[in-house]
Amino acid sequence: MIPSSDATLAGWGNTAPSRATLKRPRSASEVAEIISGSSNHLIARGLGRSYGDPAQSAGGTVIDNRGLVQRSTIDPETGVISLGAGVSLDELLRESIPAGYFVPVTPGTRQVTVGGAIAADIHGKNHHVDGSFMNHIESMSVVTPTGTFTTSPTQDAELFWATAGGMGLTGVVIEAKLRLMPIETSYVLVDTERFDNLDALMEEMVTGDHRYRYSVAWVDCMTKGARLGRGVLTRGDHATADQIDLTKPRLEAPGAPKLSIPFTAPKGLLNKFSIAAFNEAWFRKAPKRKDAEVQSLSTFFHPLDGVSMWNRLHGPRGFLQYQFVVPDSASELVPQAMELLSSRSVPSFLAVLKRFGAGNAGLMSFPTAGWTLALDIPVGASHASSVLDELDGMVANAGGRIYLAKDSRLSPHLIPDMYPELTQFQAICDRVDPNHRFASDLSRRLNLRG
Amino acid sequence: MRDAFGQPQSALVLGGTSEIALNVMTKLAMARCKNIVLAVRNTTAGEEAADTLRALGATVSVISMEGTRPETAAGTVEAGFDAAGGHVDLVIIAAAILGEQDDFDDDPAATAELFTVNTTWPAAAMAALRPRLLAQGSGHVAVFSSVAAVRPRRSLYTYSSSKSGLDAFTTGWAESVRSAGIKVQIIRPGFVHSKMTKGKSAPPFTTDADQAAANIVAGLSSNKLIIWSPPVLQWVFLLLRHLPQALWRKMPG
Repeated sequence: MIPSSDATLAGWGNTAPSRATLKRPRSASEVAEIISGSSNHLIARGLGRSYGDPAQSAGGTVIDNRGLVQRSTIDPETGVISLGAGVSLDELLRESIPAGYFVPVTPGTRQVTVGGAIAADIHGKNHHVDGSFMNHIESMSVVTPTGTFTTSPTQDAELFWATAGGMGLTGVVIEAKLRLMPIETSYVLVDTERFDNLDALMEEMVTGDHRYRYSVAWVDCMTKGARLGRGVLTRGDHATADQIDLTKPRLEAPGAPKLSIPFTAPKGLLNKFSIAAFNEAWFRKAPKRKDAEVQSLSTFFHPLDGVSMWNRLHGPRGFLQYQFVVPDSASELVPQAMELLSSRSVPSFLAVLKRFGAGNAGLMSFPTAGWTLALDIPVGASHASSVLDELDGMVANAGGRIYLAKDSRLSPHLIPDMYPELTQFQAICDRVDPNHRFASDLSRRLNLRG
Repeated sequence: MRDAFGQPQSALVLGGTSEIALNVMTKLAMARCKNIVLAVRNTTAGEEAADTLRALGATVSVISMEGTRPETAAGTVEAGFDAAGGHVDLVIIAAAILGEQDDFDDDPAATAELFTVNTTWPAAAMAALRPRLLAQGSGHVAVFSSVAAVRPRRSLYTYSSSKSGLDAFTTGWAESVRSAGIKVQIIRPGFVHSKMTKGKSAPPFTTDADQAAANIVAGLSSNKLIIWSPPVLQWVFLLLRHLPQALWRKMPG
């Protein structure tokens, strides 16, 4: 029997929950059995770290991939490992770091599954050097309503690149071969620099990012005037063995969370005043400039993993994350977006600003060359909805797009502009799933299947 | 599907020519709601209402309903879901008769009919809605009650008490779907200047249909069980419902 239960599911932002039958298969054949044995909508779900509604399907069946945990050992010649889609990056890193390997791409949390990383084609602080997650997948197998397919950039490449960033709509990824990155130590040498305004920060990112494998800026969107967009730029590279103090363990696996938020915070705890105060304290805490600081991989990549369930701080109505990318030719959209939010009093936690390198062949993959800005916004401010609609229009006009793994409120009419390869994507989905069995609340909200 | 702000993309309005409900739908259609079904008694008036919403880019279907025949309620709900394409994010129940108290005082048939339209038909429709909403795994139901439902008075007791019945039914019904993630809200507008209330004397805290709709739309995106319009009525009625009857009788309006 495949474990099954009724569940109310929401994304990490806790905004629009829906009910579904949740099933946890343990093999490709059990996934196929679930697909053929049900008549309603289907979508896969990993650890539920997408902010909005891509891993839930109202009234349908949600396939929990956390039962798909088979994995190989790391090939010492190539650094390739075969991983079940339900393996989390946390589980992988606990094993791979002591063996001298890091994941080639990591988001701000280790609590994502390999399947989820493929469905969102996730990116990290090294996109300008290493591209996104799918650039490091050698092959994968996908179970669809018309059969199981093994795909790679050379075998059934159209299905491979439709599944990359395809938000789970081509089927259920069962396992994937991932190329890991060799590391000498579990430390990063970090240069930190604080900027009082956005222009200077962006200028430094354009001229200096290429010197580092990792680069990201944290920006304050709640100040006004000349200080709008003041920020802290952190950039770094993996430390080699001769760069660190040898009294430390050279390759140390990440630890478990130290803190947990035990219950949902009261409504309004995070408002424009408390957020502005937090942003101020955080800015002042950063050094004006600090070079070659040794930080652990966890501190540098996954600071929020130290506090489990931190999303509860946003209260019962939840929060959303707004992330867009615009090409370099529209770099003025970064300050314009901050001015819009600041002038209309939409509270936003520290924004994350980063430069992307070239995108890959993923039809629905988010990253494209240019600037990407990500903002956390509490849902309580109801006027935020129309302000963000305005911002969507500006992003679309500039040839940019919104990240679907973060979205929970975009209007469907903008999708064809933002994702010009949508029709090709839909044709490939139709090839493997002619009856439109795969659908999530996200795909129905944004009409992704057409 | 609903978005993070609770904005619906599809809606079924039972009683689709209600002026306040239409003002609410106009605001929702300007945002994300582009798939609308209006169930109406008078299809000519329904088509006129539909055209207003179509002008905002919404696809609107008009179906007929007979509020005086509760046995038709289930069929209307089914037709409404079919016309919407199978899934409905928001169901608004707005059908009601107001009338003049004098017309009901001594008329058993008129009194029975008012209760049928205002209470029995909506309750039957909600019984038909329940399994559909549970099956679709998400949904939002907003039921028009009235501040008058909180405490009936001489000038409007037939209408008021019919709304009290629906209001109480909805309070219990909301509990029955709560664990299934279905959001239910009771709308209690104060006196609204509209075609329904034309010629009636207005008590304090009145609004026009557009202001009422703005209050209601703001309420729909909240998690409150009861939406008051204007919101201050929540506190006014906290007091008024406990006034001694002798004082209540003397209140204006």
